[in-house]
Amino acid sequence: MKKLILALAMGALAVTASAQNKELKVAIDPTYEPFTFKTADGKPTGFDVDIASAVCENLKRKCVFVEQVWDSMIPGLQAKKYDVIISSMSITADRQKVVDFTDKYYNTPSKIIIKNDIKFDGVASLKGKKIGVLKGSTQEKYANGELKKVGVTVTPYEAQDQVYLDIKSGRLDGTVADVLEVTGGFLSKPEGKDYVLVGPELFIPKYFGTGAGFAIRKGLPELKKELNDAIKAIRANGTYKKINDKYFKIDVYGG
Amino acid sequence: MDWEVIFRPESLALYGEGLMTTLWLLVSSLVIGGILAVLFALALTGPWKWLQRIVGAYTFVIRGTPLLIQIYMIYYGLGQLEWIQARWDDVWPWTHFKDPAFCALLAFSLNTAGYTAEMLAGAIRETHAGEIESAQAFGMSRLQVMLRIVLPSAMRRTLPPYSNEVVMMLHSTSLASAVPGMLDVTAAASRIYSDFYLPFEAYLAAAAIYLCATFCLIALFKLAERHFLAHLAPRRH
Amino acid sequence: MSDYYWSILNGALLTVGVSLAALAVSIALGLLGAAAKLSGNQPLVALATVYTTIIRGIPELVLMLLVFYGGSIGINNLLEMSGTGITLDIEPFSAGVLTLGFIYGAYMTETFRGAILSIPRGQFEAAAAFGMGPVQAFLRITLPQMVRYALPGFTNNWLVLIKATALISLIGLQEMTYLAKQASAATRSPFAFFLFTAALFLLYTWVSLRALRWLHARYSLGTQRAEL
Repeated sequence: MKKLILALAMGALAVTASAQNKELKVAIDPTYEPFTFKTADGKPTGFDVDIASAVCENLKRKCVFVEQVWDSMIPGLQAKKYDVIISSMSITADRQKVVDFTDKYYNTPSKIIIKNDIKFDGVASLKGKKIGVLKGSTQEKYANGELKKVGVTVTPYEAQDQVYLDIKSGRLDGTVADVLEVTGGFLSKPEGKDYVLVGPELFIPKYFGTGAGFAIRKGLPELKKELNDAIKAIRANGTYKKINDKYFKIDVYGG
Repeated sequence: MDWEVIFRPESLALYGEGLMTTLWLLVSSLVIGGILAVLFALALTGPWKWLQRIVGAYTFVIRGTPLLIQIYMIYYGLGQLEWIQARWDDVWPWTHFKDPAFCALLAFSLNTAGYTAEMLAGAIRETHAGEIESAQAFGMSRLQVMLRIVLPSAMRRTLPPYSNEVVMMLHSTSLASAVPGMLDVTAAASRIYSDFYLPFEAYLAAAAIYLCATFCLIALFKLAERHFLAHLAPRRH
Repeated sequence: MSDYYWSILNGALLTVGVSLAALAVSIALGLLGAAAKLSGNQPLVALATVYTTIIRGIPELVLMLLVFYGGSIGINNLLEMSGTGITLDIEPFSAGVLTLGFIYGAYMTETFRGAILSIPRGQFEAAAAFGMGPVQAFLRITLPQMVRYALPGFTNNWLVLIKATALISLIGLQEMTYLAKQASAATRSPFAFFLFTAALFLLYTWVSLRALRWLHARYSLGTQRAEL
């Protein structure tokens, strides 16, 4: 009986010897259309996924996509569940304390999105409104830092598309989100037609950092160099532009 | 292991807030669910077959589907229905469906009502026939028989399995963390985990809180059993 | 849209797989625990009691999060210290099976213990008188009779276990509940998908109840039931 249990236990624990030269485990949060999302039959797709695949091709390694809830992204990386996070993670000072980032692979601003029948006149005019944000995101930090103090109710959600679900049903008045993400994932869909982007483009580094990069564990300088070289390579050989144009009308690399 | 973070005042305050939410959810859902359970149990053991079938179907669905799905159904599913969306800004009962706390409470109450109703119905059915017959011989109406004889003894007999149900409900409140905006003990632990990257410490602290609460509940029920089921206790002298 | 439904059906297969695997682990642990509690060996009894008390005092979700997030980091720290290059990744399936098996092993311990205690003492004595060894006695005498007494509690534990598999969605296993949640958020139509998933759970419950009822009837052959 004991041997049976031991055998069951050993069989159940998937021993993944980290084969550094074959697979690259990439974490994604596939609820972030059009950067990272899934088609109806469950295939990951989107800007981040395509960039990751291009980088893997450049590095001659096989990309294995691992889904992860957004606010457990960094803890999962530290628990070695995957090797790199390529899921629109912004490079911020706070995050750099615990993980390393490659150079940025795109940089787009965030904005506030609310229903078009609310007169927006600066942040203070949102007093009493309910805003939903992604738990663990830079937008949540911004909302907690700037919107809560003027009387806005900020509710954190597990995934950005659940925010849209509640906006659609009317529980929320709006959200703070990346401009391109909310355009592709919400405003361009039928349920988003009554909502608008308001206010200035939010590029505040204190909250939003300096663009999105790949996150890796600290202490892996070779991997960082490989990934940086790969990013430079795909930008130089036109792959980046092809992927960019597939999803967006503008150049997302930013200044 | 870095326990210093857990014992910081902000972290303890977070757990405290979580505990308050958990206890509020537990007590409220038990009270509402309990009242509903009595009504459902009466329906299940009543004379009207059609009512038995409806309530029976209800308990079958509640006991056959996970609580998590029930929570998602009530929070997201109902929120999607346009009939409700049109009314929940102004019309009174429906305004509550906007509130995540109300949705969580409703889900937990309906869930515990389903389980407790079956328990109570089983206890009612096992009431000694002689007791009912003598009550009827005394000329009591059906309602009087129920209120004076059947329900008190059925409730006493339900006490031991009900203590199990209450402990299960305490553990089920950890699912409130699946509703956006609800901060219970598990959600507090998850927040500390994602802020400080300390899964062991955060979740062990939550486990300790639940363990203490469970022991308190079991002790409370032992006292209740000693009082209400005193007639079944072994001789003490 | 219908692709989403197919993927949820695939997730249903995963649900069945997880629940059966967890059942196997819980039966194994339940038998061990019951044996420990009935052995009369004080340290073993104490160990088994601590196991059942603590496991039944913590919510399944918290235990699952502890095993999944905490367990990986803990094991990897240990492996790092040992100097080998291996990283062990407890992925959601294993974490779910281990946690659920562990938790329901505690409940099965109580069920099996009660069932074994219900077997008349004479049976054990007769088995010993025939010269049967402990394993023989267990397989031929205890186990068949225990099944009949254990079935109600076993059925209950099994039904609760099926529903608990929905919790594994919260640590990222792509079973029915997880896929239903993703599909509902992506298509903004939660009602249909959650209804579908609920129906699948009801189907699973109903099939299990019929199977276990058949098992109960089969193991009750030869027993007398008084007419009420």
